[in-house]
Amino acid sequence: MQCPKCRAPMHTYNRNGVQIEQCSGCRGIFLDYGELESLTRLEAQWSQAAPPPPPAPQAYPAPPAPAWGAPHGGHGHHGHHGHHRNKSFGRMLFSS
Amino acid sequence: MKPRGDGGAADGTNAGAAGELRRHCFCPPGAEHPERTRPPPAGPVGAYSHPVNSVPGPLLAGLTARARAAAHARSPVCPCGAATLADRPDGTVVRHADTVAKAHPLDTTPAELTSRLTLAARHPDILLPPLDPAPVDLHGRLVTFWPYGTPVDPDDPDAAPWEAAAALLARLHRTPAPEGLPVMRGPAKAARAVARLREAGPHPAAAPVLRAWATLPPWARAEAPMPHTGTLCHGDLHLGQLVRHPADGPWLLIDVDDVGVGVPAWDLARPAAWYACGLLPPGEWDRFLTAYREAGGPAVPAEGDPWPALDVPARALTAQTAARAVAKAVAAGRPLDEVEQSVVDACDRMATVPPQLVQEHAK
Repeated sequence: MQCPKCRAPMHTYNRNGVQIEQCSGCRGIFLDYGELESLTRLEAQWSQAAPPPPPAPQAYPAPPAPAWGAPHGGHGHHGHHGHHRNKSFGRMLFSS
Repeated sequence: MKPRGDGGAADGTNAGAAGELRRHCFCPPGAEHPERTRPPPAGPVGAYSHPVNSVPGPLLAGLTARARAAAHARSPVCPCGAATLADRPDGTVVRHADTVAKAHPLDTTPAELTSRLTLAARHPDILLPPLDPAPVDLHGRLVTFWPYGTPVDPDDPDAAPWEAAAALLARLHRTPAPEGLPVMRGPAKAARAVARLREAGPHPAAAPVLRAWATLPPWARAEAPMPHTGTLCHGDLHLGQLVRHPADGPWLLIDVDDVGVGVPAWDLARPAAWYACGLLPPGEWDRFLTAYREAGGPAVPAEGDPWPALDVPARALTAQTAARAVAKAVAAGRPLDEVEQSVVDACDRMATVPPQLVQEHAK
């Protein structure tokens, strides 16, 4: 078939089981009825199947903490603790 | 090794309180003493170090003289290394070589103090024993004498003796309480800190602290008797309350001023609160809690979630810590620092947790 825009010949490609036509001149793409939806569905499936981001490294599971605990404190967020540690240790932990 | 003359001293609060006395002096005879040639260090928390004029001069001078006399009675050849370890309205502590003299708070009664001193004398494997279980009167204050113990190093978090602290508490909590011992004073101290916050003057952080305080059951605010008073408790545990005596010996608890019968979870609640506020790393909290459980401590269930038992005391100690921090910031006309703010933030979150959760967790 011919490209409806530039009249150059179009070639057929198979993308994930969907037949698409691409113009050899302007690189435009022609989709048959339902093909756009097929591609969208395939894209969505691919996103869902993507592996979750790896969990933050933790030496061991954090012990339970109360609901009013610090958002990261008490939940094994070591960076946060390291930040506060030296400041709080010699002060808060030594006084009534 | 040169013993620390400061350490627990300045910051050691009640800690320093009880036992800041060096057992032996390692300096050669005639050597210059750091303690003599240099003013007492401010300690890690400048805000906690009150100026020497916060108590009447005669008391401090008298206490210093008594410490010297007690030290010389113990060791005829004394290098005379002296330092003021703590000087606050609620306790003044002076060290002379291997001896510490403590002037107890004004509201201390002789009968209550004597029963607490007797307890310490009977359990020298848990509490630093006094040199004499009978207090003496000095300018209207009760004074006691102690051997100097080496405090926890406030500059070395990795050296903190979490397991030893936990094991000492478990042992204390399992020790039968003697007849007539007064109640543990933890809730009363928390209530006093909140009262001082109310008197301190306006501050934006006062409201969240007071809201958090309001979530507590009456017993935790010292407005009703504690629900369980069969267990021997320390009443004011923090890292300044641990010393080694002798210097290479076992860790012991010091400061008997708040010791009594009560809810043992109170003694675990300060580390629990530090953990909840993000000030204590999970690993160190876990070491403390695990060691307490392994030593058979009765304050929390042997396994599972300890927070149903810890929640109320940890809330109370968080509110107490925040109240003290805000009152000090108001008095000094300075903003809260990052660590203080994290404790106030915890109070803020506490007030939003539904009250039924508090009830559910209350013992």
